[in-house]
Amino acid sequence: MLGETLAVVTHVSRSYGGHRAVDNISFEIRRGEVLGLLGPNGAGKTSTMRMLCGVLAPESGRIRVGGHDIIEAPQQAKALIGYLPEQPPLYPDLSVDQYLDFCASLHRMARANRAAALDRAKARCGVQDVGRRLIGNLSRGYQQRVGIAQAILHDPALIVLDEPTVGLDPAQIVAIRALVRELGAAHGVLVSTHNLSEVRSVCDRVLIIGAGRLLLDQALATLGENRDSTGFVLALRNPPAMQKLTALPGVTEVVQIDAQRFRITGREGAETAMEAAVAAAQGGWGLFELVPATGALEETFLRLTGGDSPPLQAGPQP
Amino acid sequence: MMVLRIAQHELRRLFHGPLAWVVLATVQFFVALFFFVMLSRFLQPSGWAGGRGLSGSVVSGTLQLTATLLLLLAPFLTMRLFSEEQRLGTLPLLLSAPVTLTELVLGKFVGVVAFQCTALAMIALMPLSLLLGASLDLGQFAAGILGLVLLLAAFAAIGLFVSTLTAQPAVAAAGSFAALFMLWIIHIAGQGGSDRAAAVFTYLSLLRHYENLLDGYFRSVDVIYYLLLIVTFLALGIWRLDAMRSNP
Repeated sequence: MLGETLAVVTHVSRSYGGHRAVDNISFEIRRGEVLGLLGPNGAGKTSTMRMLCGVLAPESGRIRVGGHDIIEAPQQAKALIGYLPEQPPLYPDLSVDQYLDFCASLHRMARANRAAALDRAKARCGVQDVGRRLIGNLSRGYQQRVGIAQAILHDPALIVLDEPTVGLDPAQIVAIRALVRELGAAHGVLVSTHNLSEVRSVCDRVLIIGAGRLLLDQALATLGENRDSTGFVLALRNPPAMQKLTALPGVTEVVQIDAQRFRITGREGAETAMEAAVAAAQGGWGLFELVPATGALEETFLRLTGGDSPPLQAGPQP
Repeated sequence: MMVLRIAQHELRRLFHGPLAWVVLATVQFFVALFFFVMLSRFLQPSGWAGGRGLSGSVVSGTLQLTATLLLLLAPFLTMRLFSEEQRLGTLPLLLSAPVTLTELVLGKFVGVVAFQCTALAMIALMPLSLLLGASLDLGQFAAGILGLVLLLAAFAAIGLFVSTLTAQPAVAAAGSFAALFMLWIIHIAGQGGSDRAAAVFTYLSLLRHYENLLDGYFRSVDVIYYLLLIVTFLALGIWRLDAMRSNP
């Protein structure tokens, strides 16, 4: 169930020197959804998140959080945000409890409420047993979890997590993903990652950005992620006309991925792949690859970020 | 309130490491040494004090040497303020919290000044111990202590600004030491020049205004000099942090 709009990012741009890190990005985050910010390294994910949290000033465009402009009314806007930066912002010489208590006071939480909030956040992030230990002596995984505890401590409406699972072991990754999903039920969550399976397992909607531009803004459900994949990708040196491919026995759909690659979907039970291989050999199409189709997300991601593809319009919303 | 919370956090972190204790011990050791040497010279019949009395010679002499010692130590206290936040990556925590830059800068400033006042309380006890067997000019002593408080606050403000400029604490320490030392001796630059140049450079000198207070002259121009210096560098610190959001 989607709730009210928590944050509106409108035509935001940002350059470093001459390099345009974020180029005219617009999107919204609503309560009750987990939004995945997906892109290759250096695509502008971190800059976008820093601007959303008021750490970096946008060059142009507006950011409103809960109706408050992040530049003009920063106090009100920031009070609604919990932010985990790329590098967890920890003081190694403080204990976990001292650190979280300071974070709570930074968010102007009354002393009376702090102990309960600390306990809740620590329990959610699985750090209740290390409260008295110095942060500097904790493992990377624990430090990351303390960083997340800091971001959810004051029960913010909007939670922004910059690559929360980097540096964690597989069991910890599963736990953090479950936590993010759980947080998404009552809050708005923006998670950045360059891991496609992470998006698939936790996100409701995906934003793909590449070279600073927003390439896709679409609900995962409408990306065809969940349909049964009986298709494969065919790569041909000398591709024939499209009609020849669609005319192959059992083919229901052919989508051209690039000049030489086609995603072919066949009827259940039909030996479409074999038929295609035979046809390719006879027709001299120069078959050099035949792989079972990967998920629609991978394909979309690679197509959008791999070449000089034009930005897409936002897809339909559920 | 937020200023006090940040100041408390700063103090707590200072005392968590060995730095605060080392600084306190160093100050205590050297001030005791200065005090002892001056007092024993005063007691010799050589006329070293030149008729200036106990307050004018031993007390103000000790406070003057103490100021030089603290000039050397202050950069180590202030180098961490923002440099370390940048190095540890904790600055985003502070910048994304609902805290204004003014609260942030004032909080850190108050934290360092509170620590310096702890050291100062221990320093002040030594000259005051003379009251057990002699009488002191308490007015002159109070002016000297006021001068030292203002001087230390100025050191803190300058060091705070320099620490916003770099993510390397060592660079911040070297930079603020250079700035402090320059302001300490700048009156020398005025010597031999025109009267007007000499007046300008003497006015800028951290040392000259302190010497007036040590001699027991409480002049508003000296106090205003320090307050102006403090406000200017704190404002520069706030401005620099604001600029970092635009040009990191």
